[in-house]
Amino acid sequence: MSADGFFVLGATHHRAALEVREKLSLSSETLAAMQAELSGLPGLKEYAVLNTCNRVEFYGVASTPDAVARITAAFCAKQRFDPAEFERIRLALHGRAAVQHLLEVSAGLDSQMLGETEIFGQVKDAYANAQARGSTGPILNRVFQKGFQAAKHVRTHTAITEGQVSVANVAVDLALTIYGSLKETRILLLGAGEIGEKTAKAFVSRGAATVTVASRRFERAMELATALGASAMPFEQREARLAEFDIVVCATSAPDVVITQSEVHAAMQRRPAQPLFFIDQALPRDVDPAVGGIENVFLYNLDDLAKIAEENRAAREAEIAKCRAIVNEKADALWRQVAAQVEALAQQRPVSEEGPAGDAVAAPRG
Amino acid sequence: MFDAFTDRTWLWAAAALYLVGFVQGTVSLLRHGGPGGAATYGLIAAGYVLQLIGLGARGRVVGGCPLGNTLELCQFTAWSAITLYLMVGVNFRQSLLGYFSSCLAAALTLVSLSIPGWDAEIRRHIFGDNPWIELHAALAVFSYGIFALLALTSVLFLLRNRSLKQKHFGGWNTFLPSILDLDHMGVRLLALGVAILAASLAVGSVYWLRDMSTVNLTKLLATVAVWFCYTAVLGLRLRGWLLAQRFAWASLTLFLAALLSLGPVDGSRHDVSPTAAETDRR
Repeated sequence: MSADGFFVLGATHHRAALEVREKLSLSSETLAAMQAELSGLPGLKEYAVLNTCNRVEFYGVASTPDAVARITAAFCAKQRFDPAEFERIRLALHGRAAVQHLLEVSAGLDSQMLGETEIFGQVKDAYANAQARGSTGPILNRVFQKGFQAAKHVRTHTAITEGQVSVANVAVDLALTIYGSLKETRILLLGAGEIGEKTAKAFVSRGAATVTVASRRFERAMELATALGASAMPFEQREARLAEFDIVVCATSAPDVVITQSEVHAAMQRRPAQPLFFIDQALPRDVDPAVGGIENVFLYNLDDLAKIAEENRAAREAEIAKCRAIVNEKADALWRQVAAQVEALAQQRPVSEEGPAGDAVAAPRG
Repeated sequence: MFDAFTDRTWLWAAAALYLVGFVQGTVSLLRHGGPGGAATYGLIAAGYVLQLIGLGARGRVVGGCPLGNTLELCQFTAWSAITLYLMVGVNFRQSLLGYFSSCLAAALTLVSLSIPGWDAEIRRHIFGDNPWIELHAALAVFSYGIFALLALTSVLFLLRNRSLKQKHFGGWNTFLPSILDLDHMGVRLLALGVAILAASLAVGSVYWLRDMSTVNLTKLLATVAVWFCYTAVLGLRLRGWLLAQRFAWASLTLFLAALLSLGPVDGSRHDVSPTAAETDRR
C-alpha cells in the first residue's frame, strides 16, 4: 500500500441518476448500521460518511489495499444494490485526487447547483459526526479542517457563490433589492401549483412575514396554506385586498390576465409610498404587462427571472477556472502535508482488526 | 511640527484623502464590480479628521465658525455631509453611498480650494460677539450638508429605480441599497434638514427682530425660500403626493438650486456686515 491509502468512494449526481441515488441514499438507520460495519472493517483506520441527496461518499484512510473493495461490498449488500452496477457509476479516487475532490465538494464546485453553499454545512456535519464517533484520526482531521479553510478561501476570493441560480431564489433576491428585508413583507400567492409553491417556500425560508394563498379551488389553497404555515383567501377577493400585500406571486393556469392595470392603480392609491412587486410565473401571463409602467410597481415575468438566473449561472461558471486554480494549489499543499503520514500508516501492520469504533450518528441529509 | 501647517494645508490634505477615496472606489468598481467598502470608509474618515483640523485652524484665525467666504461655506457643507455619512454610513458601508459621498466631498473641497477668488477675503469676527448668530449660521450650513446627503441618496434611488425598472443588475447595481431603504433614508434626511434649518431660522429671527437694520434681505429671502421649498417637499411626501422618482428628482433639483443660491447670498453679505467684522484681502 502507498499514499493511495487515502481514498474517497461513492456515487454522486454526475453519474448516478436520481432514481439510482434514491436507492443508494442512506437513511438514519442504514447509515448507523453501515458505520457500525465500517468500524469493524479490517485495515480501515479512519473514515467519514457524507450522505446528501446528491451524493453518498466514504472518505477513509486504509492500511490494506482491499479496503475500498470491502466497503463497496458492504455498502452494496446493505443497500441491496447490484455491485456490478455500482462499479459502473461509482466514484473512486485515491491520494491527492481524493483530497482535491473533498476541497471541490466543500467549495460547492462539484454541486449540481454550482457554487451552492449548503454543501459546506453538510460536509462540516459529516465531519462532526465522524469526530463524535471517533472514526477520524490525524489524517482525516487535517484533511477536513484544511479543506474547510480552502473552501472558505475559494468563497471569499472568487464570485462563485454570488447571485442566485434558481428562479425562486432570484425572485427572493429581487424582493430584497426592493424591500431590504423580508421580515415585514406580506406575500400573496395566486395559484396553488408547483411553481408558485416553490417560490412561496423560498420566501418563507428567507423570512417573509406572512403568506396568503388564493386559488380558484379554495380547498387546494387551504391545503397549500396549511403546508406552508400560511393562510388562504378566496380567489375572488384578490382585487379588493391587493393593497394589503407587498409581493404578489402569480402562478395560475388562467387563460387571461388576472391582475389588470386599473386594479393595480387602485391598489397603489391606497398604498402610494409602499412599492408593490409582482412576480408573474404564469404562462400565459397573469399580470397585464402595462402594470410594469406604474410608478413604485415592479413587474417581473418568467423570462425576466430565467434571464437573471442564467446570467448568474454564467457568471459562476466564469469563476470556475479561478476556483480550480485555488483548489489545485491548496490540494497540492495539503497532500504534501499528509502524504508521508498516509504512507507511514499504510506500511504499519494493522494494530487492531477492529478498526475505529464509536456510536452510530446519522449524517445529514440534503 | 503641525503648527507649521496652515489651515489650507490641512484642507488640501483632507481634499486629497477624499479624492483618493473616490479614486479607490472607482478602481474597485472597475476591477471588482463593487465599491471599496471599509477602505473607502477609512479614507473618508481620515479626510474628515484632517478637514476638522483645517476648519478648526481657520476658525481660530477668523475668531468664530468659519463661514465668511465661499470656500469656508463649501468646506463646512462638505464637512456636514460627511459628518452625517459617518453616522449613517456604517449601515451602508458596502453600498455606493460612501463612494458618492467621497465624490461629493472631493468635488466641493477641491473646487473651493482651487478657485483663488473664493478665499480671497478672510473675514474675521463676522458674527461680532453674538454666539446666537454664529449658531444660526452654523446650523444653516449644517442643514445644507444634510441636503447634500439627501441629494446623494436621491441619485442612488434613481439609479436603483432605473435598474429595477429596466431589469439591469450586476456590476455596481449590486451595491445599491434597497429602494425602500433609500426612500426611508431620504424622508428622514429631509425631515432632519428641514428641522435644523427651521431651528437656524428661529435662532436668527431672535436677533433680526431686535435690530432689523442688520438684516441682509437677499440672504434672508434665499434661506427662507430654501426652507419653504424643502418643507413643501416634505409635506407633499408625507401626504403621499410626491413619491418615488418625483420625490428624488425634487430633492436633487432643490439641492442644486440651494447650492447655486450660496454664491449670491455670500456676495450680498458685503452690503450689510456686522459692525465688528474685519476683512483681510489675500
